[in-house]
Amino acid sequence: MSSEPLLVVRDLIKTFVDGGVETPVLKGVNFSLAEGELCALLGPSGSGKSTLLTIVGLLAQATSGSLVMLGRDLTSASDRELTEFRNAHIGFVFQFHHLLPDFTALENVVFPAALRDGRETSVARDRARELLVRVGLEDRIDFRTTQLSGGQKQRVAIARALMNRPELVLADEPTGSLDKESAQQVLELIAEISQAERTTYLISTHDDAVAAKCRREIRVENGVVK
Amino acid sequence: MPFFLKVAFRYLTANKAQTALLVSGVAVGVFVFVFMSALIGGLAVFLVQRTVGDVSHVTIEAPERGAEAIAFDNPSLQLLVRQRSSSQRELLRTADAFLPLIEAMPEVAAVSPQVVGNGFMLRGEVRAAVSVTGVDPDKVSAIANLDNRLTSGTTELTGSTIVMGRKLAEDLGVQVGQVVRLQSDRGIERSFMVGGLFAIGVEALDSRAAFVSLSAARTLFETPQGLSRIEVKLFDLYGADEVAKRIAADTGLDATPWTANNAQLLDGLRAQASSGNLIKAFALITIVIGIASALSLSTYRRRPEIGIMRAMGASRWFVTLVFIVQGALIGIFGGLLGVGLGYAALSPFPPPELTSAAGLPVDVRQGAYGLALLLTAGAAILASILPSRAAARVEPVTVILQ
Repeated sequence: MSSEPLLVVRDLIKTFVDGGVETPVLKGVNFSLAEGELCALLGPSGSGKSTLLTIVGLLAQATSGSLVMLGRDLTSASDRELTEFRNAHIGFVFQFHHLLPDFTALENVVFPAALRDGRETSVARDRARELLVRVGLEDRIDFRTTQLSGGQKQRVAIARALMNRPELVLADEPTGSLDKESAQQVLELIAEISQAERTTYLISTHDDAVAAKCRREIRVENGVVK
Repeated sequence: MPFFLKVAFRYLTANKAQTALLVSGVAVGVFVFVFMSALIGGLAVFLVQRTVGDVSHVTIEAPERGAEAIAFDNPSLQLLVRQRSSSQRELLRTADAFLPLIEAMPEVAAVSPQVVGNGFMLRGEVRAAVSVTGVDPDKVSAIANLDNRLTSGTTELTGSTIVMGRKLAEDLGVQVGQVVRLQSDRGIERSFMVGGLFAIGVEALDSRAAFVSLSAARTLFETPQGLSRIEVKLFDLYGADEVAKRIAADTGLDATPWTANNAQLLDGLRAQASSGNLIKAFALITIVIGIASALSLSTYRRRPEIGIMRAMGASRWFVTLVFIVQGALIGIFGGLLGVGLGYAALSPFPPPELTSAAGLPVDVRQGAYGLALLLTAGAAILASILPSRAAARVEPVTVILQ
């Protein structure tokens, strides 16, 4: 196991400018994540959790500060480099699953690998099948995602996030749109996979039950980590 | 299958009704393109066939010479010249040497050596001016297809038979099998039996033209040797300018293409082609607008999905390709459908050469199917560039956080 942290965030500042008005959202965030951590990102609405998650997920750029992942400084990487890095090392689980409705569960899961390989390989399809079995959807593999329930969709989203064996999975309110039972199943699944594969999870949530499942908490308040 | 192709296909098949409508719209545009190509091409063939189909494509004559000075009396400054005959051109005296050369040209379909002259046809008290053409008996229909325009009798020429326009025969009151007297402008008179009557549909020919054998014409016009002219028919009448230039260069004779005397017809055909091209261009523009608007709508509707793809690691180029391929596929399938429909709709029409005056002279061979397909695919790709660029610009964060 490497002693270096998986992710190091230093002095991260994000200021939105709209019509000449500057709105600071993140005011110097510092934290790091180790390999295999299951970490909850907590904080009230408007505290900057989602903004932080998009910057760590390389979907948005910080105004200043540094972001180093797997020993690579990604602060000034190009759009193409960030896209490739995201595909290889970061998985996403969103509140509203954001699956592609015209594709089956299997095709959704295999998508990140197909983007990487330029086509759907049989190896990738086997891996996607394994993941769907693992999240308990062996009987829904070839279903269109529009035919799945909310909990099933979120489990497909988790399988998709894990497809390329990413080191970091970012989840934004993964149980926010689920009923209590489905939310519990999804949480247990995340905890189990995190333990088994030593994948690092950073989960943004308001849900105490989710926070309780995590082994670490990062609390963001007023744009800084408390 | 490349993944971008699979995604593009899936997007197209996801909403089959919408895609079918889009492909049908493109097909209609392509159908218009094909139909206009066939109609403009067919009209050109029809008009040319009707106007110059029965005339020589290249006419070879001896170079004209100016008035000849016959005396020049220096002290009194008097110039005496001989006026050129207005009825007799110079003869092609060495034509026999050139005939094999012209006949051997690959563009040449038929060659008709001729001795021509004017005269009067006499029948009882009736007297009619006539333009007489002496041709090889086996080449009566080499230039004007008299066999097809024959109303009675035969085009077979012997030394004592004559084939003439039906109107001329009516004016003279003669029928096939009867005898007429022909007096040439050289004052030589001979009797001929009417062998056949034709109706070309051109008043000047039907009421004045008569064909006799080359040997009879030589006697009538006192031309024991040489030829008045050589008429040449080409496989492709639009090659006449080029062939005429080559003949003139090779022989030193005057070779006149049919286009030299039909400038107005050519102008009309060009104007017609321009109008057709304009309509075809509008059909293509309609295709571009249709595809661009449909893809723009699709791009807008799929913004969240594009954002997710980008978050998963889809490059901007991948997203661009997905939408360009959709445009290209719509163009290709719409193009194929339109070309197929066009061909099916045009096939029952007879060739324009055989179209009746009241018919629609479309030419199924001139549907420009390959060009239509190529231009449609190109237009479709062009139409998809803007929507695809808009799709590639979608920032994942903006749609994910919505």
